Amino acid sequence: MANVPEDLHYSKDHEWVRVEGDQAVVGITDYAQDSLGDVVYVELPKPGDEFATNESFGSVESVKAVSEVFTPVSGDVVSINESLADEPEKVNSDPYGAGWMIRIRMSSPGEVDSLLTAAEYEDFTKAEKE
Amino acid sequence: MNVTATAPQLKQTPLNRVHRELGGRMVDFGGWDMPVQYAAGTIEEHLRIRNHAGLFDVSHMGEIDVKGSDAIAFVNRITSNDVGKLVDGQAQYSALTTPAGTVVDDLLVYRFAADHLLLVVNAGTTDKDWDWIRQHHAGEAVELKNVSSEFCQIAVQGPDSLSILQKLTDTPLSEIKYYHFTTGSVDGVPSIISRTGYTGEDGFEVYAASDKAEQLWNKLLEAGNVGTEIGVVPCGLAARNTLRLEAGMSLYGHEIDETTTLLEANLGWICKLDKGEFLGREALAQQKEAGVKKRLVGFEVTERGIARDDQDVVIGNERVGRVTSGSPAPYLKKNIGFAYVPSEFANVGGEIKIDVRGKLVGAQIVKTPFYKRAR
Repeated sequence: MANVPEDLHYSKDHEWVRVEGDQAVVGITDYAQDSLGDVVYVELPKPGDEFATNESFGSVESVKAVSEVFTPVSGDVVSINESLADEPEKVNSDPYGAGWMIRIRMSSPGEVDSLLTAAEYEDFTKAEKE
Repeated sequence: MNVTATAPQLKQTPLNRVHRELGGRMVDFGGWDMPVQYAAGTIEEHLRIRNHAGLFDVSHMGEIDVKGSDAIAFVNRITSNDVGKLVDGQAQYSALTTPAGTVVDDLLVYRFAADHLLLVVNAGTTDKDWDWIRQHHAGEAVELKNVSSEFCQIAVQGPDSLSILQKLTDTPLSEIKYYHFTTGSVDGVPSIISRTGYTGEDGFEVYAASDKAEQLWNKLLEAGNVGTEIGVVPCGLAARNTLRLEAGMSLYGHEIDETTTLLEANLGWICKLDKGEFLGREALAQQKEAGVKKRLVGFEVTERGIARDDQDVVIGNERVGRVTSGSPAPYLKKNIGFAYVPSEFANVGGEIKIDVRGKLVGAQIVKTPFYKRAR
């Protein structure tokens, strides 16, 4: 069963959001990395780039497939996880930690309330699997 | 992220239950419910075959039996390679060709006897091939039988495959030459043991009665010390694809189809234009004389990015071609692919660009196969 930490917010596109003050750290979920398989390439935006809600901010590629990743919340990119350029496999091994992707300064922090809770996301992935 | 679900109502091989038990991730492959990967993951499956051994269920492949005094003459007329060159116990890579010299399917032709051949065709094209073959039967003395559902087929591939399979059979496997086969017994099951494969490694493909599939699969896993660091692993379609791509082999529906000729696909070596009349011979001879307008090339991505199937090839400011297969190559640790380009650009060392979702990424045309095992 995929790991779904309690303290995060989730999107239906399988991204997670960790709120830290007015900033949000974004990555893909354990369920997502498992579905993708071995991640071999991660394309991320540049710090300073601005994104609307649910906008594509980059892509994650496995041997077999390419998946776009979307911003669950709007804002501008404060920093990116540059280590993923050389070690994309961190997205598989530690999706909620070392595999984080971008840090966003949120333009409207209230947006996180419309995201799924851990329990809601778990139900969502179960339904998607069936 | 988009996560795709498996479609219902798919055909199943006799190993379907086993794949699910082993944690295979099942996908729709040409109408078949097949494992794209198992728990080890595509990269590990790929590397294990390069270094040790892996097993594939290829029971979805089609088998068409051709018996009768005109078996060789008939198959020679509908395929491009020279069946007349085969001896008993030998297999041949060939193609079913259209009158235009394009490809209905690629296949293996096995010769059991002068009056008995077995055609092994792709899963997704079995029905089409079966119709095509019967339509082009013109009175030759042959009996045609689609025996696809009677066979299971398990491929054991990799440098350790001989020692693993040898544990289960008295047939001296080292005596079977590459692209030869014999009939024998594997774990007591009557089988066709063929030294063939689709990975660029040494390996065997074992054909047996469908209802023996589970027995053979499980015995092969056991004989290969499954579960150990260097033991055999079950491998899915994703690894099958990356292995054949590194080895420079064509995949039907990608490098070859009914819109590309064998010459364009660099398969001139299976076009025996002087063997006598066959479907497409005239068109291929004319094309050979006039020269092909486009040609399949292998390329290596030289900048950051992964080329994928169907992306455009750009040279200068022009979209001149299309990627037929593009993927990371797990053993070579490069991003490689095949593409069609106009013949004037089809030179090793040539620089091309691939349109990777709107971004032009540099690549260089290289010699194929990308990977060749040391013998």
